[in-house]
Amino acid sequence: MAFYNKIIKKSIWVFHVSASPCNNCDIEILDLITPGYDVERFGIKLVGSVRHADVLLVTGVVSYKVAPRIKQLYEQAAKPLFVIGIGTCTAGGATFKTSYNKAGIPLENVIPVNAYVTGCPPKPEAMIDGVLKLLGTLK
Amino acid sequence: MLKYLFYLLVFPGFLFASVFGLIVGWIERKVSARVQFRVGPPFFQNFYDVFKLWGKEIILIRNTPYFIFVIAPIIAFATVIMTSTIVGMTFFYGVGIGGDLLFIIYLMVIYSIALILGASSTGNVYCSIGAGREMKMLISDELAFILVILVPIIQAGYKIDLTQILAYQSANGMIIGSASGIIAFIVGILCLQAKMGMVPFDIAEAETEIVEGPLMEYSGPLLAFWKLAHYMMYVFLPMLLVILFWGGMSFASFGSIMAGIGKYLLIVVLMILIRNTNPRVRIDSAINFFWKWASPLALIAVILAIIGV
Repeated sequence: MAFYNKIIKKSIWVFHVSASPCNNCDIEILDLITPGYDVERFGIKLVGSVRHADVLLVTGVVSYKVAPRIKQLYEQAAKPLFVIGIGTCTAGGATFKTSYNKAGIPLENVIPVNAYVTGCPPKPEAMIDGVLKLLGTLK
Repeated sequence: MLKYLFYLLVFPGFLFASVFGLIVGWIERKVSARVQFRVGPPFFQNFYDVFKLWGKEIILIRNTPYFIFVIAPIIAFATVIMTSTIVGMTFFYGVGIGGDLLFIIYLMVIYSIALILGASSTGNVYCSIGAGREMKMLISDELAFILVILVPIIQAGYKIDLTQILAYQSANGMIIGSASGIIAFIVGILCLQAKMGMVPFDIAEAETEIVEGPLMEYSGPLLAFWKLAHYMMYVFLPMLLVILFWGGMSFASFGSIMAGIGKYLLIVVLMILIRNTNPRVRIDSAINFFWKWASPLALIAVILAIIGV
């Protein structure tokens, strides 16, 4: 298993889940895959299908309407799977922390979470750092 | 018997084609990255990807014929191994085992049919769109590809054996040197682009549009089969073109070995550059292109070959 973890660290296919976000973190995630940051050099690739994903990047405040969908997406993905909450919303709610419609603040009320990258929005550098730090903890 | 198993599983077949295909896949990603002013992935990236996929779950979908779903990538992988063995034997050893050009055409159709079957067994909307597009691509590029293959067959005196085409070329000069040969070669590169699903014609697997289309529901080892089969096509399709038009590869001297590798790499890099400098076309413009431009051009090449130019 240790050898497998060593390999999976070098080939991370991320899937972008937007769970009722304000669109700010999503734009930063799209920035992340531009040639300027070139995440392909770490083996990170954005995939369109959740069946191919190794890491789910979840953005936004998880509302009552979207929480079942997030659970369903988590169940549809092939394990081993890691979940990273992007933005302060997933960790603490940020501006929406007093909202009447919050189901998942923090996100681990809905699905298991491995790491949070906070910021409103976090910079692409911070996200790369978060993903690589999470995978650094794998032994 | 043991010899043929070695051919099939080790040297021009499974082991060689998969390892070499993953390396060529790295070349493709690296050249694309350099074209876009990026650094690109490390050398072993494709090996990591495939190894990682071997360790993931396979997800089957309830209430679907998942026997077809599982068997389709294995059939496709088997046809790719067989094709790369046949082409590789002629390329490296200069002998033909198992089949001729007709057999190769059939095997490559079986690959597409397996892709269509596997995709349409899932019931996913994107998969069925991808399967439909794959079918249309098959209809559009098959005619041009067969016409292209006809040119060396006619020039070599109506022989459908790869070794006989090579023998003709070593006696009478390369087929690419003739007028019909150069036209057919250019059309042939475009057909390879469509066969491999590279960017101007990657309509079936459009990643940004229908999220990898036919492969969408595949996960884990089954996806690894598809990825490996795709990378192995990088090995034998350019080799086939080198054999048909460019005189193959000879091991007579160091210079001729380098020339053989150079010819292969030239075709691969040309395909990668076409991939990087063109946007994806719509399905109707792809069919238009192949039926109105590529096929008539290949037909002209066939007529020129019959005249003997």
